[in-house]
Amino acid sequence: MGQTITQKILAAHCGKEYVEPGELINARLDFMLANDITAPIAIREFEKIGAETVFDKDRIALVPDHSTPNKDINSAQLVKTVREFAKKHNITYWFEIGRVGIEHTLLPDEGLVLPGDAVIGADSHTCTYGALGAFATGVGSTDLAAAMALGETWFKVPEQMKFVYYGKLPKWVGGKDLILYTIGLIGVDGALYCTMEFTGEAISELDMAGRFTMCNMAIEAGGKNGIIVPDEKTLEYVKPRAKRDYKIYSSDPDAVYKEVIEIDVSKLEPMVSFPHLPENAKPVSEAVDIRIDQVVIGSCTNGRIEDLRIAAQILKGRKVHPDVRLIVIPATQEIYLRSIKEGLAEIFVEAGGAVSTPTCGPCLGGHMGILAEGERAVATTNRNFVGRMGHTKSEVYLAGPAVAAASAVLGRIGSPEELE
Amino acid sequence: MIKGTVHKFGSNVDTDVIIPARYLNTTDPKELAAHCMEDIDPDFVKRVKPGDIIVAEDNFGCGSSREHAPIAIKEAGVACVIANTFARIFYRNALNVGLPILECAEAVAGTQAGDILEIDLESGRISNVTTGKSYVAKPFPPFMRELISAGGLVNYARSRLSQRTGKK
Repeated sequence: MGQTITQKILAAHCGKEYVEPGELINARLDFMLANDITAPIAIREFEKIGAETVFDKDRIALVPDHSTPNKDINSAQLVKTVREFAKKHNITYWFEIGRVGIEHTLLPDEGLVLPGDAVIGADSHTCTYGALGAFATGVGSTDLAAAMALGETWFKVPEQMKFVYYGKLPKWVGGKDLILYTIGLIGVDGALYCTMEFTGEAISELDMAGRFTMCNMAIEAGGKNGIIVPDEKTLEYVKPRAKRDYKIYSSDPDAVYKEVIEIDVSKLEPMVSFPHLPENAKPVSEAVDIRIDQVVIGSCTNGRIEDLRIAAQILKGRKVHPDVRLIVIPATQEIYLRSIKEGLAEIFVEAGGAVSTPTCGPCLGGHMGILAEGERAVATTNRNFVGRMGHTKSEVYLAGPAVAAASAVLGRIGSPEELE
Repeated sequence: MIKGTVHKFGSNVDTDVIIPARYLNTTDPKELAAHCMEDIDPDFVKRVKPGDIIVAEDNFGCGSSREHAPIAIKEAGVACVIANTFARIFYRNALNVGLPILECAEAVAGTQAGDILEIDLESGRISNVTTGKSYVAKPFPPFMRELISAGGLVNYARSRLSQRTGKK
């Protein structure tokens, strides 16, 4: 019987030819990661397991990206715990400040997660790597601890869902708009425990950045993993970066899906998800006269160089609205440097924006742009839950970089077309 | 046997409201518990008593993978969470930290805030003492029962590790 790319990767990692949705398997893992919030608990549980050392020091990344550069004493202590563990166990991929980036942008860019891999991360947005044609999913700290000791974990093989995007992408519509639209369509638990496989001509048209954005937000529909079968664009991205061998899998024509959803992208507008759930997605034209206080462009969802280029294209020669604070956060040091060399950083600063070093910061209401009571933000991040970016009576509207940049200029939620 | 008062919540209770990120600069269960549910129900920690039960609708624990969420709920004294469905990372995390969870839509529909429930985790039987009705939760798959009876994932991993070293 035919299998999807997800089934094939899972089968290969538990020594089987075929796995069936619902089946429980014990899978070998190619790579795993934790950050400065989840690693400290993983380390505590790892010590309880009593393993002398980790299963493979070259297959674990410890990425202090959430509260860094350390926002307070407690956070500094947590990062120190992780640093000491990394040193003690000689972990190859420990990233210090000045070299660290947001984990889900950093690891693919460094060639550490690759097509055909099975990856877990103690962070819900680990599903991002599906854009490479890998099986990747988020877990908690204890699961990560056991995996650091054993190099394996258990999975229930997820039910398979396919999303086919056809038609030509309109101007200013990108990966973020496709995924917000999709979550709006199926709801925040519309893919609960399922694989979301993205395919179709519009996906082929998307660059890798747009594909990472889509897989990144599979979790916001409850998905276990998002995945895209690799093509030439994937290989072009992976080849110069890969630190190991990798394997390309694809879905069989007779693979079985629980559900196939077809979406005509040619009619879509840039999307905005209203508070307080990502499923409250509406076309930007329906966001009428919503005044804003802050714009955040960054995060594991939209902090890549392609995102910054779109924002800069709109902000060039313009000024951020006097009532708005614009915060731009390149996702990695490499992207930060490129944004300087390409003149993007200059455009942001000239426009009146603040450019930060890489951090998850405001996305989770950690630091670097917290909202006060009654304040409203447009953010290229991934969640707009109650209190996500600050006060419980603040609001986050999710959008792609084009709408975010245009809104920063307009002082209200709006489309780049309004500036043309 | 668990017996406690119900605290009822709706759908999509996310891990950001269970334990807001501003408190994630600690891993201390007691400190986390002091802020449990703060952004959805600021008085929750004042009202909750040891043995109480959270009952919620769909997709409980969606969002972040932070294990701090089930840790905070457990340490706040909650003995069990019953929901129609759980977000998948939260489901694994709850098992791993030893917070009992049950999926039972009928019990959720038939329960109100303040009701007293009796729960037998072994059989999955949920009795609403207030209304006199009882329900049976969806049983855990065999592998998960094995995990639970091994005393959780840490113990399971420890024995798997010693099997391996034994083989060497």
